[in-house]
Amino acid sequence: MATETQGVEEAGMELVFHPMDQFIIKPLFGDGPVGMFTITNTTLWMALSVLCVIGLLVLGTARRSIIPSRIQSVAELCYGFIRKMVEDVASKEALPYFPYIMTLFIFIVFSNFLGLLPMAFTPTSHIAVTAVMAMMVFLSVTILGFVKNGFGFLGVFWISAAPLPLRPILALIEVISYFVRPVSHSIRLAGNMMAGHAVIKVFAAFAPMVMISTGIGLMVTPLSILAITAIYALEVLVAFIQAYVFTILTCVYLKDALHPHH
Amino acid sequence: MEGDIVQMGAYIGAGLACTGMGGAAVGVGHVVGNFLSGALRNPSAAGGQTATMFIGIAFSEALGIFSFLVALLLMFAV
Amino acid sequence: MATDTTTAATGHVSPIELEEVGKCVDSHGGAVGMPQLCTDWMSNQVFWLLVTLVVIFVVLSRIALPRIAGILAERSGAITNDLAAAEDLKAKAVEAEEAYNKALADARAEAQNIVAAAKADIQSDLNKAIAKADAEIAARSAEGEKVIAGIRAGALESIKQVAKDTTKEVVAAMGGKADAKTVTAAVSARMKG
Repeated sequence: MATETQGVEEAGMELVFHPMDQFIIKPLFGDGPVGMFTITNTTLWMALSVLCVIGLLVLGTARRSIIPSRIQSVAELCYGFIRKMVEDVASKEALPYFPYIMTLFIFIVFSNFLGLLPMAFTPTSHIAVTAVMAMMVFLSVTILGFVKNGFGFLGVFWISAAPLPLRPILALIEVISYFVRPVSHSIRLAGNMMAGHAVIKVFAAFAPMVMISTGIGLMVTPLSILAITAIYALEVLVAFIQAYVFTILTCVYLKDALHPHH
Repeated sequence: MEGDIVQMGAYIGAGLACTGMGGAAVGVGHVVGNFLSGALRNPSAAGGQTATMFIGIAFSEALGIFSFLVALLLMFAV
Repeated sequence: MATDTTTAATGHVSPIELEEVGKCVDSHGGAVGMPQLCTDWMSNQVFWLLVTLVVIFVVLSRIALPRIAGILAERSGAITNDLAAAEDLKAKAVEAEEAYNKALADARAEAQNIVAAAKADIQSDLNKAIAKADAEIAARSAEGEKVIAGIRAGALESIKQVAKDTTKEVVAAMGGKADAKTVTAAVSARMKG
């Protein structure tokens, strides 16, 4: 990679870029170090997603019309979608936690989609962000389980349907898988986002090949542009599916906390 | 020289780690294929099970993402 | 590749060296290693994430979700009301249709009555007119017959006269002397026979 960069720079064109550059956090104002309260590109894109949330769910429904406008019906669709998911997956008793789950879903979905804009930054592609959300889900679900069921919550590890000699082994596996939950929960989202964006950037690095060498470039450039388009379409799908999966797994964990005895 | 060997090993490892994504592809295809064959046998029950299918996809895809992550770590972080 | 000379020339530094120093970007502003693993940036992200989540949560739980729930409840209420109203209207429509059918049947019966009455009227008028016409015809034909009878009688008389005269002339021509009384008797006898 180093030699490639060198070659291009020698040719007088700075076209090759590092596929990971897009994930760099930089201060919006000035070049100072990134402290805890610095306003960075993460702040900007998170704020934009907040604005989108307000635009869709607050301003979109401001007219409270019985016959919904287009934007209001989208807001109602979101509401109904998550509410039904909570009700179906985590049972009716989970409905008091619906606003929390809706918060997670709407934040993830908006930062995923806003991150697909060219030149955008995706907060959810950072493990720090998704790990905080996953840990929040994990901790609150565990605490909720103990508060609601007392030590009966440990029944989630003791599978009474299995034959008795197998139960301790299964319990061990269940404990391990329980503690791996936040890891897989967070890395799934961050990894998916990072992977898609990095792949797009890798193809984008091949796209200007025609400016370097016309011979190979005439073949490589259209192919890579085609690939970018295809991957982008896949990413639009993934952006939604990962938000959906994050939310539905939260509901599944919540169901375990509310009803530990399967 | 030593750094070269480390980097070579890291790149080879990254390439090898990417084969794990093929496994995830097989897994996801298996999940969706079986869901589809089941859904075509009993279309009325399919609607309620799409959520389960997505959970299954998420679990099997996560492992592919893990291998991708290992590859990335080897490429850029080691 | 990663020897010091090339590093200086390309600006690409081995990640390990820089991460130990705690820098996550190289001198060109490019990424060193995975930006996701740079610990310098994590506190910033976590802080802003928490701020964002709290803001979204407050907006959702205070404003958006109650409002949407209200809209949906209102709509389902409106739909229920509308359905009830539609049920009412449907009953009314059925009632109206029945009334209409009844009115139609009544009107039809009345029309039939009127038609029957009119027919009877016309029939009686017609009968009267026919009877009158019959009577007139009968009177006229009787008169005509009388006239014909008169004419016939006149004709018979004149025939008798012509026959008498002819007979007298014939007898005279034959050289005889015709007796008026005899001729009349003979003509009468002939005409009767």
